[in-house]
Amino acid sequence: MVTQIVKEEDQYQAAFQQLQQSTTASDPAWFGRLRESAMDRFQQLGFPSLKEEEWKYTNVAAISKLNFDPAAIGADAQMTSAELARFGYIESQSSQLVFVNGILRSDLSSLADLPVGLVAIDLAEAIADAKYGELVREHLARSADYNANAFTALNTAFVSSGAFILIPKGIELESPLHLNFLGDPSRHGASNFPRVLIISEENSRATVIESYAGTSDAAYFTNAVVEIVLKDGARLEHYKVQRESIDAYHIATTSADLGSNSSYDSTTINFGARLSRHDIHVKMAHEGAECWVDGLYVVSSDQHTDTHSVIDHQQPHCTSHQLYKGILDGKSRAVFNGKIFVRHGAQKTDAMQTNKNLLLSDEARVDTKPQLEILADDVKCAHGAAVGQIDEDEMFYLETRGIHPDLAKNLLTYGFAEEVIGKIKIDSIRAQLDEAVLNRINARLEA
Amino acid sequence: MLEVRDLHASINGSPILKGINLTIKKGEIHAIMGPNGSGKSTLAKVLAGHPAYEVTKGQVLYEGKDLLEMAPDERAREGVFMAFQYPIEVPGVSNAQFLRLAYNEKRKHLGEEELDPLEFKDLLKERAKIVEMDASFMTRSVNEGFSGGEKKRNEILQMAVLAPKLAILDETDSGLDIDALRIVAGGVNHLHNSENAVVLVTHYQRLLNYIVPHYVHVLAGGRIAREGGKELALELEEKGYDWITSSVPSGDSAAPVV
Repeated sequence: MVTQIVKEEDQYQAAFQQLQQSTTASDPAWFGRLRESAMDRFQQLGFPSLKEEEWKYTNVAAISKLNFDPAAIGADAQMTSAELARFGYIESQSSQLVFVNGILRSDLSSLADLPVGLVAIDLAEAIADAKYGELVREHLARSADYNANAFTALNTAFVSSGAFILIPKGIELESPLHLNFLGDPSRHGASNFPRVLIISEENSRATVIESYAGTSDAAYFTNAVVEIVLKDGARLEHYKVQRESIDAYHIATTSADLGSNSSYDSTTINFGARLSRHDIHVKMAHEGAECWVDGLYVVSSDQHTDTHSVIDHQQPHCTSHQLYKGILDGKSRAVFNGKIFVRHGAQKTDAMQTNKNLLLSDEARVDTKPQLEILADDVKCAHGAAVGQIDEDEMFYLETRGIHPDLAKNLLTYGFAEEVIGKIKIDSIRAQLDEAVLNRINARLEA
Repeated sequence: MLEVRDLHASINGSPILKGINLTIKKGEIHAIMGPNGSGKSTLAKVLAGHPAYEVTKGQVLYEGKDLLEMAPDERAREGVFMAFQYPIEVPGVSNAQFLRLAYNEKRKHLGEEELDPLEFKDLLKERAKIVEMDASFMTRSVNEGFSGGEKKRNEILQMAVLAPKLAILDETDSGLDIDALRIVAGGVNHLHNSENAVVLVTHYQRLLNYIVPHYVHVLAGGRIAREGGKELALELEEKGYDWITSSVPSGDSAAPVV
């Protein structure tokens, strides 16, 4: 067994050597060193096992057994405009970057609606760029710590493409910017390493949609890392929509550093992939920042989804709100682990955390663990978790109004999810969710 | 329209209804009265199909069909409506969404075309006037955060939208102040016509000053202990339920039981 694992990791080492050799001369030396050091760290950590507290309920053995095929390919994958339309959002028609297997495809992207001054380019290009290279160096792999997480290390070692987004001072984005990550159907077993760095400068305002979708039922592995830096007074609304194909594996890290009086509003929607894991980490290291870290996971059959979140109050007068809701059917399983840290001196912290789950079958299972660790004494903190089923009195009430039990169940499930869906400000994401949650009755529910 | 014959029902094995006989014709208003625990709310729930109650004996015919064979939602689509004593809150589902869904389910059942959101909005606006509810109630979640009186008005609004043939109002007057009672009663009177029937389940005579019944049935110990016209309610008001219950032995009696 041990030799087996070693062999699997050797496979990564070999692929890594190949990647380093193919690196172009224009790449700066620091970048090569970063990848080297991340690869070393990955080799030390290896894939996490169930013995590790942070991975207690999520078994990633299946990922380590995938025939590793790093996707520096994808540059030539064919994608029809119908397929693109299917995975795009009308609000971002002319403000989207399309990635196939993690590789940016300028030919499929459209940036016509973005304001002058906004930078939305391939991360690889930014690294080699005279103007942005230093900025990337300053921020890349700073927020998302690859020493602590094997998958972040693996992503960092294999970074080759991705997005670099710079929202300059005072700029306000009218259309949401969509980072559209697609899995190419032709490459079964592919591993994708999407990497995004977003820098929102002082008092800028933007909405970013980050979506992941498979164009077929192929089994592939997405390992994404998104780093976000909000400068003072910046506001960012961030939607992550994960609807990978049903046989895919999706491991992602979102790490956001919040400047003073900045605002980060994040909504994560999970309803794809056989196995998904999302680590979201919000650092509030400056006074007066506020964040919303909300999410909805909807899983069925044998899907497994895991959310680990850390909201770190390091300075006074910061506010955090967290609401995660889960809907589980079939034999699916969900994990929610939410930590809120309130550090020494982080007085006047206001933190609220809730995780609620709705089980639609007897075989579904959820493990939820909200945690508060408070080291300051003048704070307002509350947290709670709940696991429940469809309420029989509510069912009967709807039935006495002529609504069929199946429809009543869907309607109540929708009602449960609405608290999260209702806050989404982008109509087509909301419509997509209505459809996913309600399937049978969505068309009749708009009122 | 409704024929209840020797109806027996129990909850968790304990019998509540012990042989109810009742005939209701279209155009009629019936009041079912009785002290607490007499079985009047149970009768309403059994007719609506509440799963907690088990019918152990008897028959209920609704327009010639076996009502007890029908699921609660089928009964509703066939025109049976029950206004709840304690209306249920349904978070996350707006009143308008809920009402349109229920309305269209019934239309579909009757082979009629469904209404789109705009068409339905007009209809809802019209019906809401009957219970003096304004538009803000339509976008709010069903009954969530409604006051007691608003919830009861919302029940009558549902009745107005669904236009049932047989409406059973379970203690709709309880917890209402005089203004809300007047609005609710006005709504019911407005909706009642020669083609439908209304059953008022109530503890107090007060409601019957506003909605005048053709018949009054008084329940005690799971049976109908006395029947009469609207004047029976006044007599009850004067003499109290003791007058009835003391005349009915608590054990098996007059009604045909095995």
